[in-house]
Amino acid sequence: MSILVAALVAAPVISLVMVAAQGSGDLWPHLVAYVLPQAISDTLLLLLGTGVLVIAIGTGAAWLVTAYDFPGRGVLQWGLLLPLAMPTYIIAYAYLDLLHPIGPVQSALRALLGLSSPRDLILPDIRSMGGCILLFGFVLYPYVYFSTRAMFVMQMANLIEVGRTLGATRTGVFRRVALPLARPAIAVGTSLALMDALNDIGASEFLGVRTMTVSIYSTWVNRSNLPGAAQIALIMLALVVALILIERFARRRQSYAGSTQRARRLVPELLTGGKALAAFLFCAAPILIGFIAPALYLCVEAVARLRFAGLSPSLIGQIGNTILISALATLVSLALGLTLAFTARLMRNAFTDAILRIASLGYALPGTVLAIGLLGPLALMDDAISTLSELVTGRTTGLVMSASGIALIYAYVARFLTISAGNVESGLSRLSLSLDHAARTLGESAGGVSRRIHLPLISPALASAALLVFVDCMKELPATLLLRPLNFETLATHLYGEAARGTYEDGSLAALAIVVFGLLPMILLARTSQVTGKPRADLPAHEVVAHG
Amino acid sequence: MVDAFMPILPRARCAGFLVIENVSQTYGAVDALQDVSLTVAPGEILCLLGASGCGKTTLLRLAAGVEAPTKGRILLDGVEVAGPHSFVPPEKRGVGLVFQDYALFPHMSVLENVMFGLRHLPQAQARDMAMRGLKRVDLDHYADSYPQMLSGGEQQRVALARALAPRPSVILMDEPFSNLDQRLRESIREETINLLREEGISAVVVTHDPEEAMHIADRIALMRKGHIVQTGMAEDLYFRPESLFAARFFCDLNEIDAVAKDGQVATPLGTFAAPDLADGPCIVCIRPQALLLDTERGGVSASIIARRFLGRVDRLRLEVPGLEQELHARLRDARAFHPGQGVRLAIDERDVLVFGPVA
Repeated sequence: MSILVAALVAAPVISLVMVAAQGSGDLWPHLVAYVLPQAISDTLLLLLGTGVLVIAIGTGAAWLVTAYDFPGRGVLQWGLLLPLAMPTYIIAYAYLDLLHPIGPVQSALRALLGLSSPRDLILPDIRSMGGCILLFGFVLYPYVYFSTRAMFVMQMANLIEVGRTLGATRTGVFRRVALPLARPAIAVGTSLALMDALNDIGASEFLGVRTMTVSIYSTWVNRSNLPGAAQIALIMLALVVALILIERFARRRQSYAGSTQRARRLVPELLTGGKALAAFLFCAAPILIGFIAPALYLCVEAVARLRFAGLSPSLIGQIGNTILISALATLVSLALGLTLAFTARLMRNAFTDAILRIASLGYALPGTVLAIGLLGPLALMDDAISTLSELVTGRTTGLVMSASGIALIYAYVARFLTISAGNVESGLSRLSLSLDHAARTLGESAGGVSRRIHLPLISPALASAALLVFVDCMKELPATLLLRPLNFETLATHLYGEAARGTYEDGSLAALAIVVFGLLPMILLARTSQVTGKPRADLPAHEVVAHG
Repeated sequence: MVDAFMPILPRARCAGFLVIENVSQTYGAVDALQDVSLTVAPGEILCLLGASGCGKTTLLRLAAGVEAPTKGRILLDGVEVAGPHSFVPPEKRGVGLVFQDYALFPHMSVLENVMFGLRHLPQAQARDMAMRGLKRVDLDHYADSYPQMLSGGEQQRVALARALAPRPSVILMDEPFSNLDQRLRESIREETINLLREEGISAVVVTHDPEEAMHIADRIALMRKGHIVQTGMAEDLYFRPESLFAARFFCDLNEIDAVAKDGQVATPLGTFAAPDLADGPCIVCIRPQALLLDTERGGVSASIIARRFLGRVDRLRLEVPGLEQELHARLRDARAFHPGQGVRLAIDERDVLVFGPVA
């Protein structure tokens, strides 16, 4: 059973390699000459810029809220996580309109400066590489903030205090002690942020940045050249593997750093006056830019839209579609996640560990890469079903998998399985094995132990896993675009369509709905990390993954 | 042996008879147990004693059935429960298991915990049995509490009541008292052992503490690196240790390297008999209480380096001319002695052991 699950996740990658190996024929020279160089350099530039920005914002904010106390620190501490609720394609969508020459920001600026025409005030266009990097930086920094703050809070009180008694200032300690020690945590957070950046399709397309994801999409959809798309996807896969390796490597180092120190909280130093204000602004700006401004904009637009047109039936249909498909995918990934985690607990060995690890790789696969990789296995399954049906009923069935949405659910499960498996596994790992053995010697069978002991005890972990998977499915754009049944619109694809056409009709409502749902895990995260005083390992979504 | 004439009741408790035959357990390249054989007679309380990592817990887990042995056989009341061709899973063995961390189910009340192993009975009867079990450990008033609300000692007693409730024939306990603080430990230990004796149940108790083993065990099996070094009653192990390891485990020793010749060992402290020893290097072990201090009598002169008052006894460090190492003595009423003072030593030969060279 577990092997089957692992195979389900591994199949797209294998198929991708096979499709790419077919060669794209005539198109390859074109790809090499015109598409690839720019796609690769744009992607690398985007990753580089985003990386620098998320490290600066994430680490800086984490250090400020841990080492110093200033007015508003309590709120900022969890508020800094909020932008995680804002998918990249939504923030791009919001800012395109906000910063449009006749949008609210530029109009206000002109009014302020007494200018009348958009031509008199030429600002750098958000539709550029720079704009894209900026927006990515402001929504993706929470990954770095989260992992780094955990490091600062848990592991360094002693070291930092020793550093200070040895004569270093707080700033000096940051540079000479805290930063070097936090390097693994920074690397983990950054690689997660970059995986998200790599996965993005909406934002970069809206902003006119031709990343590899965008190239894959257009090579496939506009040029109908699957092998070509697969070849680009394969190059992208190499990037992903590099990111995974960075992350895994950093995590190993992190665990060494963590084991040496007992957890003790650092007593923050009180800031006043200008310094306090500066610290406040440094931490408030990312929240404002990455969440509050776009969220407010979406609210205002949504209210205006509701006043004007009410709730359109098509939007209601899309909400229904989104919830239905996400709920189904959540159920399947919970069931498979439970299977994997239970198997690994019952017979822990190198083999089950390897399977769990393979299954956990799906999260790193960008949606487009996954979608292209899935086509092969899906076609095989469609053929098999068709053949079977012909044998039984005498009729062929056509493309059942894709048409029924099973393809999409498969993609969601492959991507997010690791969240459910990881949550269940970390929930189970907190249960001492002696509980199992006690129950067994008291006459309970292995299955009974799972039912009567494990399930009731891990139900909170299960619930948070369900929430995380559900929200991630809801936000997912690239794979949804490529694998959804004909004429099947979810909130995300609808928003993408509106933005791509430059019409904004129900877009703000759809975007707002996604953001509101996206906030749920953030609330869970903020609550649990405040109650226990330490960030939970199983949140946010992608944090889980790398435990494997 | 199982009494063939005993009336057979459904899961009625009769003291179990546990036999472990040439059992080995290997994890990858690590030999956790090598060819271990052991018998626990019905009603007997046996202690598995050893330092951490010696294999004692592994042996317990094999007996419980939560692991299967790599080699060898395990028999319970004459029936093979683990062997080359059979394996009875833990839920079918009828053994009780008590853990160091008690392993109480946190989502169940104390009563539900104790009732867990009584599912074969009708609900009302199971509740009745469980309540009686709780009364035995004097915790019936906590029946509806949850384990986390109880103190360590109370949790330990719940774990015991839970393990005893299904009337197992053998109860296995893994360091059951080590999570309790010193004072509590002694009283809980006493209560637990009394309960086991009243029930007449066979028990295997794992511990790393020789004093604890001497307190509770009918017999002690001393283990080291996956082997059983020596099995016997407490006095056997203490007075007649078969190896330096066993001697060291039960007592601090003054160890003096010497050479045996013709059944005699000469040391600066005198000559000791070593009738069974071949000629060659050997180790003379003198217990601290064997050194008797006297200012006049006694054959060896020594001087006192330091004295430390420890309440019941005093501990003295001594220097003997011709002997490189210091000697440690432990004696009562030694307050009159002071550092620098010269004394004469007499040695009680009952507390001297001689061993061949350590392999």
